[in-house]
Amino acid sequence: MNEVVLTPKEQPYVPIETSTIKPDDFANKSIDEIKDLEVWYGNTSSKIGDFFDVEGESGPTPAETNILIDGDVYNTKRIGQGMTDGKITVNGNVNMYVGAEMEGGIITVNGNADSWAGQDMRGGELIINGNARDYVGSSYRGDWRGMTGGIITIKGNAQNEVAEYMLGGKLIIQGDVRHMPGVHMNGGLLVIEGNVISRPGGEMKNGTIVIKGIVSEFLPGFEYHGIEKDLNIQGESIKGSFYKFKGDFSEKGPDGTVYVAVAGNNHIVP
Amino acid sequence: MEIHEDVPCPFCGTICDDIICKVEGDEVVSTQNACRIGNAKFVHAEGAERYKKPMIRKSGELVEVSMDEAVEEAAKMLVESKRPLMYGWSSVDCDAQSVGVELAEESFAVIDNTATVCHGPSLLAVHDVGYPVCTLGEVKNRADVVIYWGCNPLHAHPRHFSRHVFSRGFFRERGRSDRTVIVVDPRESDTSKLADVHVQVEFDKDYELLDAIRTALRGKKILYEQVAGVPRETIEATVELLKKAQFGILFFGMGITHSRGKNRNIDAGIRTIQDLNAHAKFTLIPMRGHYNVNGFNQVCTWETGYPFCVDFADGSAKYNPGETGSNDLLQNKETDGMFVIGADPGAHFPQKALEVMAEIPVVTIEPHRTPTTELSDVIIPPAFVGIETEGTAYRMDGIPIKMKKLVETDLLSDKEILVRILTRVRELKASK
Repeated sequence: MNEVVLTPKEQPYVPIETSTIKPDDFANKSIDEIKDLEVWYGNTSSKIGDFFDVEGESGPTPAETNILIDGDVYNTKRIGQGMTDGKITVNGNVNMYVGAEMEGGIITVNGNADSWAGQDMRGGELIINGNARDYVGSSYRGDWRGMTGGIITIKGNAQNEVAEYMLGGKLIIQGDVRHMPGVHMNGGLLVIEGNVISRPGGEMKNGTIVIKGIVSEFLPGFEYHGIEKDLNIQGESIKGSFYKFKGDFSEKGPDGTVYVAVAGNNHIVP
Repeated sequence: MEIHEDVPCPFCGTICDDIICKVEGDEVVSTQNACRIGNAKFVHAEGAERYKKPMIRKSGELVEVSMDEAVEEAAKMLVESKRPLMYGWSSVDCDAQSVGVELAEESFAVIDNTATVCHGPSLLAVHDVGYPVCTLGEVKNRADVVIYWGCNPLHAHPRHFSRHVFSRGFFRERGRSDRTVIVVDPRESDTSKLADVHVQVEFDKDYELLDAIRTALRGKKILYEQVAGVPRETIEATVELLKKAQFGILFFGMGITHSRGKNRNIDAGIRTIQDLNAHAKFTLIPMRGHYNVNGFNQVCTWETGYPFCVDFADGSAKYNPGETGSNDLLQNKETDGMFVIGADPGAHFPQKALEVMAEIPVVTIEPHRTPTTELSDVIIPPAFVGIETEGTAYRMDGIPIKMKKLVETDLLSDKEILVRILTRVRELKASK
């Protein structure tokens, strides 16, 4: 396995967009060729070499190419967008759209991510070891087909509308989320280990949401189905006792399921 | 003295087109039929400080300059910025907006209008679930159930209620008494005082109430005895009332577009209207604010495919509110130069956005002294559309209205100013 190390120079005031930072673009290229790959800096075309020191060696295929971004790239968007194989590790924060449209491989962010992490994800694995913002694993604006496959794990908290229009795959958030996780969800599994403020599963038609923390406010369009113990969903075994709700009946013929931990949540049971 | 009849009013999205204006010389001296806000715009209320000459800020002070110098500075800002933001566009006519989109494309800028802090959430919901609209004429002639949700037209659109609810229509010969008015608002307002039913939804719980209404519409039992402060029985009774409508209309405003959930509230609102059409004829119209805010969304959509927040950074049109909205760009410190026209972000944007506006160069096309001009480095005053120059504007229901010219002026129109800047931008780019 070969590794290319990108060491960020100072991050610019206006963000850069770097969908070329992925093993698919780096594989089988010399360091000079990699430095020459295009990135967008505001409204001008620029090069990777202008913003990063590049060292190491790429592999002959994406699968054999690791990319290490060794530093904080808080103003860099679209890292790993559309990658199909290989590995990206970021030792710092990233801006929007990390791993968007990803089809395979692994991205690990050892820091925080901005909104739209794993937007429209189709496969592979995205791990954020810090917090993420809004629309994790969501759809492209206006599309009714969001994330269809792969696994996203957020070790920290996320904010609003995570798993919006989710259709497949797994999204695990180990911390808290704010409003409307799984809004318009049509499939897949969303696990939230922390608390939710409001409206999990709004307008959902299918798929499963499991919430282990406390849900402050729940929607009136669901039907209560009693308590279930020790769940097994999509090969994921989840221990504990859960209130089961089906809905959202504001939609026509819904088959969505929301499980909410029994502990601390009897206020949402009718 | 000249009398002009049937003048469309260039203030709010209602664009009342029955105003009578009395003109003496180059001034409108009085109006009939207009509301107080419209009248103030026509007669050009006292206290407003009108700019007549272009100005540039030199060592902190605004100094009068020639039009050429101001255009030069504006063009330079657009060409030199890495991520220019062009914001406003809601109080200018459609021709100017069209040149604006061209200028944004030429400058590789982001172009956005006031919808971003107004009905932007409605536009987002429209992508997701559609837009079942009608015209205000249909409301006047047909509507027997009128819902105002999260808006207070008696203050913000003062003649909206009288023109579409009190007025007699073809199928509503008795006017107000032929209609049931429902106001959904957490507060008692002057509009709610005129309503037959005031649903006092809890603040920030619009989505919950809509979810319950839709659940009841499908004949399912609402999970809780009380939702958003409204008892289950009241919701079910209201749903029955809505189902019996011959022609229902939902007007909605900032109270729902900017309460918790934003675009999702509108999303659920639109879905409610769609669901109601299984039982009754139902439509909706957003209560647009500026008289031509809708016009920008129309122009921008036919030019670029997107209604607002359009990013031309790499030459093609890209769109993602949340990233390419004015407040996103300012608050995330992404933009390094701002162009403002036909809006007053200085008065309406949050503090965090204004702090960034104060740091970056700001070019403003604006007839008055406003909080925005206080933050501006270049100010170019245009003629007023609908008073000093003609133009087309789109009413809140999407009907284009020809705005009239009533008085003469030496000032250039917004379009003429934009064409000059566009020409200069092209020259500067060619010489690079």
